[in-house]
Amino acid sequence: MSNEPLLSVSGLSVTLRGRPVLSDVSFDVGPHEVIGLIGANGAGKTTLMRACLGLIDHRGHSSLADLPPQQRSKMAAWMPQAREIAWPVTVETLVMLGRIPHLDARQRPSQADCDAVDQVLKAMGLEEFRQRTATRLSGGEQARALLARAMAQDTPLLMADEPIAGLDPAHQISTMQSFARLAQAGRSVIVSLHDLGLAARHCTRLIVLDKGRITADGAPGDVLTPDLIRDTFGITAWYENTDQGPVFQPLEVLE
Amino acid sequence: MRAGPLFTGLILTLLALFTASLLIGPAQIGPLESLRALLAGDGGPLTLVMREIRLPRAVLAVMVGGSLGLAGAAMQGYLRNPLADPGLIGVSGSAALGAVLAIQTGFAAGFALGLPLAALAGALAGVFVVLALAGPRGTSLTLILAGIAISSLTAALISLVLNLSPNPFAANEIVFWMMGSLADRSMTHVWIALPFIALGAVLLASLARGLDALTLGEDAASAMGIRLPRLRLVLVIGTACVIGASTAVAGSIGFVGLVVPHILRRWVGARPGRLLGASALGGAAMVLAADIAVRVVVPSKDLKLGVLTALVGAPLFLHMIYRTRREGL
Repeated sequence: MSNEPLLSVSGLSVTLRGRPVLSDVSFDVGPHEVIGLIGANGAGKTTLMRACLGLIDHRGHSSLADLPPQQRSKMAAWMPQAREIAWPVTVETLVMLGRIPHLDARQRPSQADCDAVDQVLKAMGLEEFRQRTATRLSGGEQARALLARAMAQDTPLLMADEPIAGLDPAHQISTMQSFARLAQAGRSVIVSLHDLGLAARHCTRLIVLDKGRITADGAPGDVLTPDLIRDTFGITAWYENTDQGPVFQPLEVLE
Repeated sequence: MRAGPLFTGLILTLLALFTASLLIGPAQIGPLESLRALLAGDGGPLTLVMREIRLPRAVLAVMVGGSLGLAGAAMQGYLRNPLADPGLIGVSGSAALGAVLAIQTGFAAGFALGLPLAALAGALAGVFVVLALAGPRGTSLTLILAGIAISSLTAALISLVLNLSPNPFAANEIVFWMMGSLADRSMTHVWIALPFIALGAVLLASLARGLDALTLGEDAASAMGIRLPRLRLVLVIGTACVIGASTAVAGSIGFVGLVVPHILRRWVGARPGRLLGASALGGAAMVLAADIAVRVVVPSKDLKLGVLTALVGAPLFLHMIYRTRREGL
């Protein structure tokens, strides 16, 4: 494990239209981590990731935001929540867009770029879609293609905003497993998600955001306490380490 | 999809149309004879016709058509909207206003380069107002709205000039100039437009990678190292250069920037970067073909190029809107 963190955030604050959205957020991301970013709607998850990347004005410090854009694009990839594919390109072309930071001006994709695309298409189970038009795929298939695009950027850190929303159960699990494989290879993933069951099973670490502040940060077993679940999400839940791994099931909404 | 055959095909079409354009005119000269007069140059009337009348007309058709196609592809790529057009950000409108003011005040008549220079000045002024309105971190929407505002304002001001014109001949000249034409242009027009069009083309061509990245939206493109404020600035200045210079020498020629990228998009696998070069070639070929058509269809009347492109382009535009609606975009 190298001493240099992949991302170092300290005192990060964001104010949008005079309303504080993030207040004094600090955390470090090392290698081998799958970090689940959880919190209620409007807690500031998207804002936190965008501010970390330097895509919005912020106060405080983020090691990625301080880099020049070209260099940053080789350190971190970003999959926004908006599933935007403007033109009817093929899935292969779409994924190849992720190689843009690795191309010089006017340079055509090299063999290494093509190999990287092949590898990602295989990892995401998209080989049969390779020549299909991305805009004609279903929502879940588009999400997987866009995640594959971000993975093709081949960066030490991958940030994805609700990548598993709208996927079928098999693809939700396989997507989380592909994050785990990235982590095994020494990379790290920050992923925002609402499925606490998947978060509990597949993330190595959870960061809980509530009203723009980090209220908990640690291993899923330590974070998902009944008190925190009640205070952050207003629900009760059943959580236990079974012989088939941790199982988290939300139960009731608290009045 | 391989784009090689497409570019070869476009270049061959362009060469054929360019040659055809040189060989067509009211002066009845044989094809071989006219080419010999063009290349050898014996100082006779034939050489004069070829070098001073037909050559500038063909060269300008390539320059203006290439500009319109390139700018259209760049605007559509940036705004991620197949219905976008250089006219949309108000550059065409403000260039036309500059030219109209020059005609009205007599600046155009008193000074040979008055008209083109005034149109260029108008285009640049329009761009700076659009930039000021849209701001340094404005979104696509603010840019479109700013463009619509500028277009409406320039259209109103042109109408005002015509409305108040005490001189019916000046008003007549304005109306004809606004129709767009390449007739009776000289090499002087080529030389005044060339530097601006060359500069604009270089600027717009440099955007290929950024426009490709924008397929994924502004956020993803920024995260891939694309500096969006810079891209926007280069786009607007590049568009002002090519469209301002084109409008200056040829008047308003509509729909080329809209239709050409639309036709060629699927041949380049919908990649906006690749579409830039293809649209420049395609636009040049289309304007050459249209300029040949106005001379062949009604040789006795001075049918305006802009009228023809609008007659062909507007129904295509309607068809595109219909298809867009059907696909629920």
